[in-house]
Amino acid sequence: MTTTSRPRAETGEAPEDIKAIPVRHPGRWIAVGVLAVLVAMLVNSVVNNPAFHWDTVGKYLFDQRLSAAALVTLQLTVLAMFFGVSIGVILAIMRLSPNPILSSVAWIYLWVFRGTPVYTQLVFWGLISVLYPNFGIGIPFGPEFASFQTVNVVTFFVAAVIGLSLNESAYMAEIVRAGILSVDEGQTEAASALGMRRQQITRRIVLPQAMRVIIPPTGNELISMLKTTSLVVAVPLTIDLYAKSREIALSLFQPVPLLICAAIWYLAITSVLMVGQYYVERHYARGSSRQLPPTPLQKLRMRLSGLRPPPNRQPGLPPPSIQRGGEAAGGGP
Amino acid sequence: MTAANGTPMVLAEGVHKRFGRLEVLKGIDLRVDRGEVMCVIGPSGSGKSTFLRCINHLEQINSGRLWVDGMLVGYRQRGDKLYELRESEIARQRIGVGMVFQHFNLFPHMTALANITEAPLRVKREPKKEVLERARALLDRVGLDGKDDAYPSQLSGGQQQRVAIARALAMRPKLMLFDEPTSALDPELVGEVLDVMRDLARDGMTMVVVTHEMGFAREVGDELVFMDGGVVVEAGPPREVLASPQHERTQSFLSKVL
Repeated sequence: MTTTSRPRAETGEAPEDIKAIPVRHPGRWIAVGVLAVLVAMLVNSVVNNPAFHWDTVGKYLFDQRLSAAALVTLQLTVLAMFFGVSIGVILAIMRLSPNPILSSVAWIYLWVFRGTPVYTQLVFWGLISVLYPNFGIGIPFGPEFASFQTVNVVTFFVAAVIGLSLNESAYMAEIVRAGILSVDEGQTEAASALGMRRQQITRRIVLPQAMRVIIPPTGNELISMLKTTSLVVAVPLTIDLYAKSREIALSLFQPVPLLICAAIWYLAITSVLMVGQYYVERHYARGSSRQLPPTPLQKLRMRLSGLRPPPNRQPGLPPPSIQRGGEAAGGGP
Repeated sequence: MTAANGTPMVLAEGVHKRFGRLEVLKGIDLRVDRGEVMCVIGPSGSGKSTFLRCINHLEQINSGRLWVDGMLVGYRQRGDKLYELRESEIARQRIGVGMVFQHFNLFPHMTALANITEAPLRVKREPKKEVLERARALLDRVGLDGKDDAYPSQLSGGQQQRVAIARALAMRPKLMLFDEPTSALDPELVGEVLDVMRDLARDGMTMVVVTHEMGFAREVGDELVFMDGGVVVEAGPPREVLASPQHERTQSFLSKVL
C-alpha cells in the first residue's frame, strides 16, 4: 500500500466528510399518501357512525362500576401471573432434575394442564366444592387437626386465581426451561468448581442469566393473561372487566359502546404493563451488552440533540462505570 | 522440584474414564507434589483436559484411584468399600481446588469484583469487609486495579482470564488447575496471563497446567507430561523432554508444535 498524503496525526486536520446527494425514495411518498387516505376514511367511518354511540362511551368509560371491574381484572392478572411464574419455575427445575420421578411428574403436569382448555379448567375449579365439600389438615389417612368447608375458602375469585395460575404455570415452565437451557454449561461448571451447590448455582448464577431469555415471552404471557381473565365467567366469576361491561351493556341495550369501553381499559392496562416490561428487560441486560439500551427519555433527548449517544451522566441511569465499555480492548464474547 | 515431604497434592493411580463406549483415559498414574508446577501437553483428544476435570470431580472416574491432598476424590473409603460422596461433600472438596477455564466462564451478570467475592461470601460465608479487601488486593495482584465495576463484556480476553484467576484465588486454594488458559486469547494477550501464572508459581502455588505454551512449560514447569491416546507417554523435567524426547510419539508431536 502506498500513502499519497501524510497521516492525519501529523497534519492535525480532520478529513473532509463526503457530501453527496442522498438517494430519492418516491415509492415511500406514494405509500404514505395511499395510507393517509385509507386512515382518513376509517377514522371518518368510525367517528361519524352513530351506531358506535360515542356519547355513551364517554359517559361510561370512567363509570365507577367499570373502574372497579378493571381493578378486579388487574388483581386476577397479577395474582395468577405471580403464582403461575412461581409454580412454573419449580416445574422447570423439576423437569431438568436428574431425579427421574421429579421430571416425569412435571411432564405429566404439563401434559394435563396444557392439553386441556383453560375454560374447562376454570369450570372445573368452580365445581371443586361439589367434588370435595370439605377438606382438612392432618396426618394422611390419620386424624385431622382442622377442617374447612370448601365453599367458604375457595370462593369464585379464589377458584379463578387457582385455575388461571395452574394453567399459566404449565406454559411458564417451558419458558423458564428454555431460559435455563440457554445459559452456557461453562457457567455451571465454573460455579461448581468454586464449591457452590446446585441450589446456589441455580439461584445465583443460572436464573439471573436465564432471565434475559425468560422475560420477553413472559411479557407476552402477562398481556395474554390480562385478556384470558375475561374467561373467568366460566367459574362463574362475574365481577371482572368483561363480565361487568356485558352486564351494563345488557341493561342499556347498547352492546357496542360498552365493548369499546372495556377495550380501552384493556389497552390502557396493557400499555402500562409494556412499559414495565421494557424496564425489567433493561435491568437484566446488565453485563450482556456493553452499553445499556437508552430509556425512552434518553432516546428523545438523543433525537433532539442531533442523534448523538447520551453523555455519561443521565438521570435514571446506573453509575457511569457501567458505560465505560468503550475503553476496553475488543474480545468480549 | 523434589520437595516430596508428606502426602502428594495430587496422586493418580490407574485412572480410567469412559464416555459411553469411548475410553478417554486408559490408566493414568501421576503424582504432583506440594509447590510443584506440572504442565500437561498433548494433541487434542489425548485426554489431558478430561484428566484435569477429574481432579476436581467435574468428571467422575470409572476406575482407579485419585487423591487430592490425601483425600480420595468423590468417594469415601471404609474398609474395602467405596461410598459415593454427597453433593455437599463434593462441593466442600472443590473449595480447596481452584480452576481456570479455556473460555474464562466469568459470570457475565456480575462485575469483576462481584465475580471474585461471590464464592467467598456465599460458599465460605466469610465477613463481607474482609472479602472485599481481599478481592481488591487480588485485582491489584493480577494487574486490574480499578476494574472493580467493569462487567466481563467490557474487558478484553486477557483481562477476563486474569479476573478468572483472581476469582479462583479468592477461595485460597491449595491447588490450581489451568485448562488451556491462553488458548482462547489473541496472541498479544497471552503474555499478560502467563505473567500472572508465573508469579503464582514463584509464590509456591501447586499447579497443574494443561497448555500449548511450550515456552511457559520450559521456564516455569517442574515436570512436563506428554499425553496421547489417553495414556501418559512421557514425563520428566521440561527441558529434557522438550530438548530430547525419548518416545517417538513425543518427537512427532513436538516437531509439529515447536
